[in-house]
Amino acid sequence: MTDFRCGLIVGLVIALGPASGWAMDTDARLADPAQQEIYVRLTHEVRCLVCQNQTIADSNAPLAADLRREIRQMLEEGHSETDVTTFLLDRYGDFVLYKPRFKASTAALWLAPGLLLLMGGLGLGRIIQRRRGLPVPADDDEGPPAAAPGEPR
Amino acid sequence: MLRSEAGATFWRFLLPVTFFAALLAVFGLGLNNDPTLVPSPLVGKAAPEFSLPRLDDSTQTLSRKDLLGKTSLVNVWGTWCSGCRQEHETLLALASDSGIPIFGINWKDDPQLAREWLTTLGNPYAAVGVDEDGRTAINWGVYGAPETFLIGPDGTVLYKHIAPMTLEVWKKEFLPRIATAGTGP
Repeated sequence: MTDFRCGLIVGLVIALGPASGWAMDTDARLADPAQQEIYVRLTHEVRCLVCQNQTIADSNAPLAADLRREIRQMLEEGHSETDVTTFLLDRYGDFVLYKPRFKASTAALWLAPGLLLLMGGLGLGRIIQRRRGLPVPADDDEGPPAAAPGEPR
Repeated sequence: MLRSEAGATFWRFLLPVTFFAALLAVFGLGLNNDPTLVPSPLVGKAAPEFSLPRLDDSTQTLSRKDLLGKTSLVNVWGTWCSGCRQEHETLLALASDSGIPIFGINWKDDPQLAREWLTTLGNPYAAVGVDEDGRTAINWGVYGAPETFLIGPDGTVLYKHIAPMTLEVWKKEFLPRIATAGTGP
């Protein structure tokens, strides 16, 4: 029974832990709720460059703490979200944002998924068009199809 | 008939293979990229303004105007940084042989430990500014020590090296740029 309870607790911690968010940011909330919202959003969009693949909200690296402090201070001084983003981009470049701006050097990044989807869609369209009107094979599992695929029609 | 058969062969075989080869080429290039090296947007721009208390005498400051007039290096270091220990011999050699002054930014460190480090290991720096809260480092876009900036006589950032300085890097990346920029009037 005790074993079972232990197991249950461990299981719950593993299952629910990440969902509750392991943010390293334990700083006090900003006084203005609107600013707090921007702060949370920004810290989740800014890459921690020492510990790549973490946001500065998730990281306990000293640099992440410094950047959080800097962002907090700028917001408290009345700077806008764009001001903060520009501040970071000027110093660290596009890589610092998880959502890079759209410009010539990031165009491939933004456009590739759409283009690939389009190409896939066109390919699929072709296949469907080619197979339209083919007789359905009598037996789904065995036997050659009524018309060999790829045969020009 | 023949024509369309050739067309079908192309679409069925050549196109996917070409596509796959292109993908491999992209991935191959990606493998040779080091993701920990983030290019600095500061290169080619004016070095950021800063003013830091000096490590040897906190009543004095090290600031941007101290860099002007001749080509110099700005080296970001800390006693907690193992790469800085690794490059220290190289910095000492450059300080005595290159004729280029090295300015240090002591990043998020204990000034007492930093002074002891320089006493024990030797001091390659023309002057060291103490950046205890890391604010100057952020303005310089620093994300991992050691980082070494090459600053032109007019205060422009000419190059940034991330990782310990070595003589190979010095010869390959720094010397040609110094030759272009000149060492100062």
